[in-house]
Amino acid sequence: MLNYTFDWSIITSGQYFDWLLAGLITTLKLSAISIVLAFLLGLLIAVMRMAHSKPVRWFALAYLEFFRNTPLLVQIFFWYFGSYKILPVFINDWLNKTGFEFAAAAIALTIYTSAFIAEDIRSGVLSIPKEQMEAARSAGFSYLRSMQYIILPQAVRITIPPLVNQFLNLAKNSSLAMTIGVMEMTYQARQVESYSFKGFEAFTAATVVYLVLSIVITALVNLYNEKVLNVHKAA
Amino acid sequence: MIIFKGVHKWFKALHVLNDINLHVTPGEVLVVCGPSGSGKSTLIRTINQLEPINEGSLIVDGMDLSDKKTDINKLRAEVGFVFQQFNLYPHLSVINNITLAPIKIRNTPKKEAEEQAMVLLTRVGLAEKRDAYPLQLSGGQQQRVAIARGLAMKPRIMLFDEPTSALDPEMIGEVLEVMKDLARSGMTMVVVTHEMGFAREVAHRVVFMDYGVILEEAPPEDFFLRPRHERAQQFLRQLLTPMQGH
Repeated sequence: MLNYTFDWSIITSGQYFDWLLAGLITTLKLSAISIVLAFLLGLLIAVMRMAHSKPVRWFALAYLEFFRNTPLLVQIFFWYFGSYKILPVFINDWLNKTGFEFAAAAIALTIYTSAFIAEDIRSGVLSIPKEQMEAARSAGFSYLRSMQYIILPQAVRITIPPLVNQFLNLAKNSSLAMTIGVMEMTYQARQVESYSFKGFEAFTAATVVYLVLSIVITALVNLYNEKVLNVHKAA
Repeated sequence: MIIFKGVHKWFKALHVLNDINLHVTPGEVLVVCGPSGSGKSTLIRTINQLEPINEGSLIVDGMDLSDKKTDINKLRAEVGFVFQQFNLYPHLSVINNITLAPIKIRNTPKKEAEEQAMVLLTRVGLAEKRDAYPLQLSGGQQQRVAIARGLAMKPRIMLFDEPTSALDPEMIGEVLEVMKDLARSGMTMVVVTHEMGFAREVAHRVVFMDYGVILEEAPPEDFFLRPRHERAQQFLRQLLTPMQGH
């Protein structure tokens, strides 16, 4: 016999609902901002990883190894507690006013995920026949312009399945932001649990939100894939 | 227009271009032939520096390729290159394949670039394929689009590296027709090919290479009727044998 009475009403209306909704919005914002930035940074690191200049390549390699091989939680703590200590006072004041928790979490998620995205994009680029680069160069495009207009658009198309995985990981990893006090979905679910002792309902709500979020991300990328990139036309 | 002076190139120990001296004049159509591995593809690829030379001097359209200060991208914009495997951009439609470089490099307005592209597509007989994607086209059609793409930059020189070697026999004719039309329009062309009919019809000069050396250089009628070098005679015999006796 369970001595726990389910009460789903507390999460569908009232103050707890407001908390969970606020958490959902923060999670969406944090994930969306970090996904866009991580993708752009990942592209940049991928290009640097393949640059002609050795120092640039080494820098990119060091970046990749460093951020891929350390735990995300440590990185979040580093940006939040660590960088806080070495920044000038006036920047700290400004950050305190604007909510540094969110920024630190976004920075950590962006940088961590960009390292994985860079490697996915690089393997995509390596799979494009070298004749494509030759064709672009002989038309008069510089190396970087060739990358921009000819190589990367093709590489990103074939990199989409692994990219979706990275986006999903990022959305789910954003729950770690609660550890530095970002009031995102998991934080709010925990909050509801401590006030109401309705842990089952609260974390069920959080679970459903992450599940739906992941499914929506997958669907959006697939839609973009088909409608905008015309992947199937080139078959 | 293109001046090779004592050009050498090595791939590690392999001497692929050995003391090349060659002068292509404006409006000239030069055909380069020779057995595979003779260095003919390397030769044509040095003209737009897809392969840098190791020694000697190479001047293309007044620009010195051995000078590090030469803006290689500027040179390449003036020289069209057509590949054996077409190398169209598979993610772009036919029209966008043709207009990409004019829009991004020459800063041609999009509308004007598209109008010019349609003129070129009509010229190569593919106006109705403007919105198709490269992989929806046959090899011959892809190669004609590739020629239109090269011409869209209004190049001063067109280079063709075995443009019909990857094509099914029934598609070779349509590509050669476009090239002949171009040759008659006065374009300066260097063509690596085994299509001796093409050479006979429109080339001003034929160059025969083997082992990285230019062994023979002659007007097509002399080259085909009276090849001087023994290896050239052998090469022509091999090329013509399948056509005889049946």
